[in-house]
Amino acid sequence: MNILTTEHLGRSVGERKLVDDISVEVGVGEVLAVVGPSGSGKSSFLRLLNRLDEPTSGTVFLDHVDYRQIPPRELRRQVGMVTQRAFLFPGTVYDNVIFGPRQRGELFPDNRVEDLLIRVGLVGYAKRDVANLSGGEAQRVSLARALANSPIVLLLDEPTSALDEVAKFEVESLIQDVIRQSHLTCVIVTHDFAQAARIATRVMMLEQGRATRLGTVEEVLNA
Amino acid sequence: MLNRLFKDQLQLGFAQALAAAILAYGVVLLARRRKIHLEKESAVALVRGLVQIIAVGSTLVLLLKAPRWTGAFLLAGMMAAAGATSAKRAKGLPGAFEVSTYSIACGAGSVIAIMTWLGVIDTAITALIPVGSMLIANAMNTNGLTLNRFRSDVLAHVGEIETALSLGADPRQSVGPYVQASFEASLIPAIDSLRSLGIVWIPGLMAGMLLSGSRPIYAAIYQFVVLAMIFAASGLTSLVSTLLIRTHAFTASEQLLLRPGIKSG
Repeated sequence: MNILTTEHLGRSVGERKLVDDISVEVGVGEVLAVVGPSGSGKSSFLRLLNRLDEPTSGTVFLDHVDYRQIPPRELRRQVGMVTQRAFLFPGTVYDNVIFGPRQRGELFPDNRVEDLLIRVGLVGYAKRDVANLSGGEAQRVSLARALANSPIVLLLDEPTSALDEVAKFEVESLIQDVIRQSHLTCVIVTHDFAQAARIATRVMMLEQGRATRLGTVEEVLNA
Repeated sequence: MLNRLFKDQLQLGFAQALAAAILAYGVVLLARRRKIHLEKESAVALVRGLVQIIAVGSTLVLLLKAPRWTGAFLLAGMMAAAGATSAKRAKGLPGAFEVSTYSIACGAGSVIAIMTWLGVIDTAITALIPVGSMLIANAMNTNGLTLNRFRSDVLAHVGEIETALSLGADPRQSVGPYVQASFEASLIPAIDSLRSLGIVWIPGLMAGMLLSGSRPIYAAIYQFVVLAMIFAASGLTSLVSTLLIRTHAFTASEQLLLRPGIKSG
């Protein structure tokens, strides 16, 4: 069953087509890796999925509902995003984790914060100031913060590319665990084919904004 | 030295203006050595300022004889011009002219209206226009500072703002810290003017009142009144401006409009 479908999705800025007529279906619990050279439109495609940018053609269906019918804040709660840099807000790890629920005026119990921190391997970090975290720890907080919104789809925009080698494999392994345990549907943008092969169930190759290949990891990466 | 060279008052005035402009432009050239390029903008501003003030000076005789109600139209024209000038400090911010004009009209306009109604500002054109223009000019400067700071803060924190949006934040909340910072920064000149009144500077209005025979204590108090009005007008302008611009920075679908470039990653 598909949870996320793009239909002739495109975005142009002036004459330039950043994303060009992409139609893809992502099933529940599936991990789709979007790969391609720099400037191929990977991040632009991802930004369209949670409507940080507006498509200039086509649309996205979230659980068979045209996402233009969903209020943007509710859409972004359902379609979480973790970016290359963590962009943590000033304050503690706790403040960051409860950011999403607090926006909606929801109470987020302390034990749920602790549960999330356990899931991302940051036990006892709740009261730490985010200014004192390493890059890998910051990215773990960013993941916990996105998960606090209980998204049904998680978008990952090169989540490990700003990390050193050790932190990169730790965070990648954590992402794999979280996806597996939560049975989360994911779209991950990466320029690292090996990472795509380790994490994804299917791969989409982008070139100049167009999806040039789409299939299983073996089909696309060994083609 | 100049007053010995020029006996005619008008010639002396132009010579003094030239000396002041050369000094001002000298600073611009000094800044140029540090690769800060304000040459064109400063030259235009200096020439434009001189021409405008001469034009106003020339029509002042006519204005003094005009009926009192014309003051309202003059002030409205000044506010529109202030809005246009101020909006230029907010390149890339959608609706900057409307926001600026509306904010200045609310800030300076309401203070002028209230203080005129209370009798603090005389309705005579000779009092209303100079005092009103002071309030409008300061509101314009404050608005320019507000928008400029907001724009640069937003551009420097696009990642944080879009992260907040991605987590389901209200756009107004996502730019909240930058709205607050721009409001605070824009009021620094008005606060410093009040704080240093009489110690660091004795404003021209007070000097003028003393020269025209007002009692020194009254001139001093009235100068405080003017600065307090400037503070009120500036604060209200900045408040309205930040309230309005934070919604103009986003599309109806809550996407940030103000971004340094389009990600094409």
